[in-house]
Amino acid sequence: MLELTPNEYKERKALRINPAKTCQPVGAMYAALGIYECMPHSHGSQGCCSYHRTFLTRHFKDPVMATTSSFTEGSSVFGGGSNLKTAVKNIFEIYKPRVIAVHTTCLSETIGDDIPTIIGQLENVPEGKYVIHTNTPSYVGSHITGYSNMVKSMVKYFSKNTGVSNGKICVIPGFVNPGDMREIKRILKQMGVPFIMFPDTSGVLDSPMTGKFEMYPKGGATVEEMQDAGNSSCVLGLGETAVSAAARLLGKQCKIKEHILGLPIGIEATDDFILKLTEITGKPVPEEIEEERGQLVDIMIDAHPYYDKKTAAIYGDPDTVLGLAEFCFSLGMIPKFLITGTPDPSFEIKGKELFDKFGAKDGFVKHSADLFELHQRLKSDKVDLLIGGTHGKQIARAENIPFLRMGFPILDRYVHPYMPMVGYRGAMRILELLLNVLMDKREADAADEDFELVM
Amino acid sequence: MSKAIQNILDHYPAAVFRNRKEHILEKGGDKKEITANTRTVPGIITSRGCCYAGCKGVVLGPLQDVCVIVHGPVGCSYYAWGTRRNKAKGRNGKNFVQYCFTTDMQESDIVFGGVKKLAQAIDEAVELFHPPAVMIASTCPVGLIGDDIHAVAAAAEKKHGINVTAFSCEGYKGVSQSGGHHIANNGLITKVIGKGDMKVEEGKFRINILGEYNIGGDGWEIGRILKKIGYEIISVMTGDGAYEELINAHAANLNVVQCHRSINYIGEMMHTKYGADWLKINFIGVDHTIKSLRDMAKYFNDPSLTARTEEVIAQEVEEVQEDIEKYRKILNGKKAVLYVGGSRAHHYQNLLKSLGVTTVMAGYEFAHRDDYEGREVIPSIKEDADSKNIQELKIAPDPEKFKMRLSKEEYEKLSKEIPLNYYAGMIKDMPDGSIVIDDLNHIETEEFIKMLKVDILFSGIKDKFVAQKSGVLSRQLHSYDYGGPYAGFRGAVNFARDVSMGITTPTWGYTTPPWRKEPAITAEFAVAAGGAK
Repeated sequence: MLELTPNEYKERKALRINPAKTCQPVGAMYAALGIYECMPHSHGSQGCCSYHRTFLTRHFKDPVMATTSSFTEGSSVFGGGSNLKTAVKNIFEIYKPRVIAVHTTCLSETIGDDIPTIIGQLENVPEGKYVIHTNTPSYVGSHITGYSNMVKSMVKYFSKNTGVSNGKICVIPGFVNPGDMREIKRILKQMGVPFIMFPDTSGVLDSPMTGKFEMYPKGGATVEEMQDAGNSSCVLGLGETAVSAAARLLGKQCKIKEHILGLPIGIEATDDFILKLTEITGKPVPEEIEEERGQLVDIMIDAHPYYDKKTAAIYGDPDTVLGLAEFCFSLGMIPKFLITGTPDPSFEIKGKELFDKFGAKDGFVKHSADLFELHQRLKSDKVDLLIGGTHGKQIARAENIPFLRMGFPILDRYVHPYMPMVGYRGAMRILELLLNVLMDKREADAADEDFELVM
Repeated sequence: MSKAIQNILDHYPAAVFRNRKEHILEKGGDKKEITANTRTVPGIITSRGCCYAGCKGVVLGPLQDVCVIVHGPVGCSYYAWGTRRNKAKGRNGKNFVQYCFTTDMQESDIVFGGVKKLAQAIDEAVELFHPPAVMIASTCPVGLIGDDIHAVAAAAEKKHGINVTAFSCEGYKGVSQSGGHHIANNGLITKVIGKGDMKVEEGKFRINILGEYNIGGDGWEIGRILKKIGYEIISVMTGDGAYEELINAHAANLNVVQCHRSINYIGEMMHTKYGADWLKINFIGVDHTIKSLRDMAKYFNDPSLTARTEEVIAQEVEEVQEDIEKYRKILNGKKAVLYVGGSRAHHYQNLLKSLGVTTVMAGYEFAHRDDYEGREVIPSIKEDADSKNIQELKIAPDPEKFKMRLSKEEYEKLSKEIPLNYYAGMIKDMPDGSIVIDDLNHIETEEFIKMLKVDILFSGIKDKFVAQKSGVLSRQLHSYDYGGPYAGFRGAVNFARDVSMGITTPTWGYTTPPWRKEPAITAEFAVAAGGAK
């Protein structure tokens, strides 16, 4: 497995090998699926849309519907305006969405298609229906940037402050699974906090089996909710890299207060999230939440002999990696390598702050990195646990490292999109999976006489 | 036009109606000619991919010892990384199939050009891996900004002394993956095939397998049977294939072609350039595997090979017969729709038939008219602006390596018996009344499944869960749902078992909750409004 990877790391300037990121449009498509009755539209070659739908379907194991402008060589020379106009007409007539959310591709960005102008020229947008857009050049940022940009466009196109406060808080979740969005909503309800949340892919990409295919499943934020978001008392963005831009824009555009936190992964970040909710609303923390927290701490203490001082390498999206790293530190583990493919200098700053906070001296943190580099570094500095999406499985096998699948994308396992990693319950789930891989490894390596019934 | 087709088309606005009706026909009806390999209407939820996907994803990607660098932003290379199940073992110590290489172009590369970065990426790859060959596949922005990847390749080839070949397969070229196949075929015939020293030897049973991508290990299963009979496989294009083997492909006595659409160009070009014939075979299903093996034996016309062929067929059939019968009992009477790329929608019909499953509708994602109607229609296919953009190479016989394998008389006699340099297409094998559909899209899939009361949809991942949400089993015929191999005798059993499993799984039975089936029961005790606390 990966035999061609040399042991020694050598800096590369031009060749990216085994990336830890993908391109903007797929993140925009994912965000758009968090709008109720929305058709994400890819303005570019057919291949982009086909790859993105395939990729998301492989992660969620649910239908991912999206359309494409189907560029040809002609449209690439003369511009894609007429393709987009034809597409919008056909989409409204055939698939009848409430919203078409257009994102661009490297193709339409390179030729410079001016999407707002094209949208302005559209003649067939039915009453009460919308065409929104975001620019997602694939040669800038990553899928996280694309998610960020599409969420920003939701704010830009929809959110208005009408001057009458709705007494709700607007929560914008970062790039997480529908299971996480569901859990964030459950916590808000438990706290008794009235809220608006968008995007919201729960009920869309974890939809139930009913025997009937729905082009637009029940989940997703409605247009009215996104409009009304501007009347919220404040906005809370969860995930600095993925949604701080959208939260700030909403704050500025609608003159409401902004709060930005990391993803509530693990005990400390969930504490921050709960504290922030009490700080905003003045509401006390209900007993159920305190009970869940207590259960989590109980498990953390009980199981500590199996993970204490274990080293880990974590890769993936910036907000997720930082959340998982902090949780590992709270468990008494040592996350030694933090890697993201997403270009994001603040990731390194925040990673170093984490290392300092927990007194980790030789931690390695890098943005714009790839899995080839991580593998090379792990060859000379082996860790006890590898945490990240499916693409690390080859490294785990090559180096015989226990592997915890967490984050995005997970292409080779089931159930994960339904389950949370956020909140106290999410932390319990992470802990269960983490313990399983570490303890399975200990048992797999044990001699018969050391193979114990009780652990 | 049949009522089913008319009903579907009624969903469309006028322009889409006019377009789509040309892509659908009923076998045995008045309409004989299908429109294929033309643009998809913008806004339609198509399953089609792009030129890059056909070139890098399909044809080049499986070559195990080649470092294929995708020149473009990160996504295109990322999506084609380990996602197609083209298995490879890495025979020469070089297995690049597990890796993903890209220049990960940034904004500055788009503005100022990416050729320097590409050249450096090649240098870095050569220094790290010492590959026998490097291939460059370009994505959309590269063609638009005018990076001359062919000049970069030529310079790198000189600098490093290895084969460096560039493929301008920008996603916007052509109308589907098909253009990319052609571009890949052109590059391989020009720069790779025929560069080795192997000589053609008469009396040897040397073959190349073309258009076999070793999905789920299909190529290995086919190879096992062929080697058992006594064939020597020089190269496979391209599943588990290798550059080091492709260079000697010219020395084969026969090319056998599994996927016609993706590789027929190489079959034809090798025929012209080296004199090797190609034979359309189909190793899917027991009957067609037997026929293919017998056709190959006929070509070589060697008594011992023919005898050995029959011996192996008897052994293999004996091994699987009982299982096939067992699964036939489960599947008999079911109806299926096949929608796959460029050959499988045809190849699987016979296998399904042998299991008692009727194919009521079949279509290709990126085929041309000849894949539907047979190669005899090629002269009448009208070229349009999109197909003209894909270069048609002018091939001449190789002055040293050209050698006719058969005499004129032998050739004429044989072409009457076996599909020599010929593919009859899908439609002829389909029963009257079945529907043939090109570039099947979402709404057509959803509606036809309902209207034709289909039991199984054989398609890809994008359709799979659409069908299954509506209660219809869907099996992926691109990836075999991570099972396989499905080719050959044993593969037929794997396929039958997997499909039967989908039909018999008890899980479908839970779709409707019991309280939606039974009349509401009388409450034993009533809970006060607002619920008990």
